[in-house]
Amino acid sequence: MSAVGHAGGPAPALGTGRPRGGLARSVRDALVVAQRNLIRMVRIPEVVIFALIQPIMFVVLFTYVFGGSIAVPGAPSGDAQAYREFLMAGIFAQTVTFATAGAGAGIADDMHKGLIDRFRSLPMSRGAVLTGRTLADLVQTALTLVVLAVVALLIGWRSHHNPLSVLAGFGLLLLLGYAFSWIGALIGLSVRTPEAATSGGLIWLFPLTFVSNAFVPVNGMPAFLQHVAEWNPFSATVAGARELFGNTIAGVPRSVTGAWPMEHPVLASALWSVLIIAVFRTLAVRKYRSATA
Amino acid sequence: MPGAIYAEGLVKTFGEVRALDGVDLDVPEGTVLGLLGPNGAGKTTTVRVLTTLLRPDRGSAHVAGIDVLAQPDAVRRAIGLSGQFAAVDEYLTGRENLVMVGRLYQMGGRDAKRRAAELLERFGLADAADRPAKTYSGGMRRRLDLAAALVVSPPVMFMDEPTTGLDPRNRQALWDVIQELVAGGTTLLLTTQYLEEADRLAHDICVVDHGRVIARGTSDQLKARTGGERIEVVVHDPGQLAVAGQVLDAVAKGEGTADPHTRRLTVPVTGGARLLAEVIRELDGRGVEIDDIGLRRPTLDDVFIALTGHAAETGAEPGAAEGDGAGDGGGGGPRTGRRNGPGQGTGDGTGRADGGRSGATTTKEGVR
Repeated sequence: MSAVGHAGGPAPALGTGRPRGGLARSVRDALVVAQRNLIRMVRIPEVVIFALIQPIMFVVLFTYVFGGSIAVPGAPSGDAQAYREFLMAGIFAQTVTFATAGAGAGIADDMHKGLIDRFRSLPMSRGAVLTGRTLADLVQTALTLVVLAVVALLIGWRSHHNPLSVLAGFGLLLLLGYAFSWIGALIGLSVRTPEAATSGGLIWLFPLTFVSNAFVPVNGMPAFLQHVAEWNPFSATVAGARELFGNTIAGVPRSVTGAWPMEHPVLASALWSVLIIAVFRTLAVRKYRSATA
Repeated sequence: MPGAIYAEGLVKTFGEVRALDGVDLDVPEGTVLGLLGPNGAGKTTTVRVLTTLLRPDRGSAHVAGIDVLAQPDAVRRAIGLSGQFAAVDEYLTGRENLVMVGRLYQMGGRDAKRRAAELLERFGLADAADRPAKTYSGGMRRRLDLAAALVVSPPVMFMDEPTTGLDPRNRQALWDVIQELVAGGTTLLLTTQYLEEADRLAHDICVVDHGRVIARGTSDQLKARTGGERIEVVVHDPGQLAVAGQVLDAVAKGEGTADPHTRRLTVPVTGGARLLAEVIRELDGRGVEIDDIGLRRPTLDDVFIALTGHAAETGAEPGAAEGDGAGDGGGGGPRTGRRNGPGQGTGDGTGRADGGRSGATTTKEGVR
């Protein structure tokens, strides 16, 4: 090629970008996109604020509306403190799954506005737009968890393990949130409008999070649902976080049906999340490569 | 030697729709090709294939000498794309948008910042550089989008309907920018629905319809095929149609048409503005009261009628003509937005190409 851009004066010639290995380029591109999404978060604080209000509402509603009536097995009935401690891991876990809707809506919006076309016409790493988005969502999820933990402490949630174990519990929750944001990315790439991505990202979360051990112990459910609930990846994370926070209840068996994930919740939760990331990242990146607005 | 943009036999189907049906293109380095056609003709699909966004079912393409299908990433380094929508992040400032794009073109942080500042200056966005793009006007967003496509000064540029939806002033400003760019040696493929735009910017024009190139040549060659100019008169009193018809028949180079409903007469002519003046004097001399008169040059509609026998109807390309209504892109057929009503200004003769053309297909039978 001889006609390398005379347009606009002393522009950098082609290939100014130092040749980079695939991985280095992927990481760098993903960080550029993540930075873009974080700037957006700062400029549209409403989104972050609503994301904070919702779980706080859940904590307050569950604690004060249901808390008095839901008997935690092994605890004296009406023991609100026992339910509070039982509940928090569930609320935390439900909160991180909302990252799905955020990622989905954001990516659908980018498609709609033609930004995905622009990104796809650039010599950037193929997965970077999605990785950048999910990383930015991870930051928002972490922020939400911090605020939510403070609220939980204020209304009487207590951990009975050392701080490292508690941090590991939050790590497990964030890993699940990150995994779910990849599901959201795939939804966002598959629907036509940001509105569809928001509702499509949310509806399936309700059965997923309610048919689980998050809000009520599974012993009260029909046998069939007990199996579903105990194999639900979401339950594994709730049980894992509960264990790491020291919020399990003495004398209550970990599992009703003997499901393996309930016997080893921390490991099971990590495995589930890694598996979800592996599957949905692959699907989402493949979808991105052929995406059309 | 194949040109900077070279495509052979591109075919792409979407379900039942054959969006591209064997498109061949050859754009020599440093020239501008205008891809002219109605919505749904396959213009955007062609651009998407050439810019690596879409894989064709069949055919091959080279851009800047690089095989689009075999080395898409290398092609992406050599091209800039400016689409139908201003694809900028509206919550980022103009500067942040350009720096981001620069970094994704694999520039270093400092280079990306320097280049962003240069482009903002050049596109008249320096004052607004640090405002979020959502505060920009439509024209400013288009300029920012174009600047983003020029971050690495790519040797080959693609612009998909760059001025659709812009008002005339902003369209003019964007044309100036594009001309400057081309003067610098960039090879450009431009899609448009406006013959005037292709006329102004393109060295060569390909007319596309239903996924095929149905004609190619310079603007003059196409116009010659289309049947040249004609004079259109709208008389005030229907009773004077006959008299006016005699006047026009005297200068006509072929059969004209008359429409009593709109009191409109149209005849093909050669001789341009001088002839128009003559006709006006003659009509005036015979006491014919005129509501509107103009010398019409061929429009995209005319080119289409001449080439295909059907008008360039607005097709179903989703969202393609989603303008802001300020100009003439607002979803109608090509250029219908500029329609002048009868009795509105008669003085701009040649410039007013398509005054009052409701029912264009029926009044133009004699033109071919």
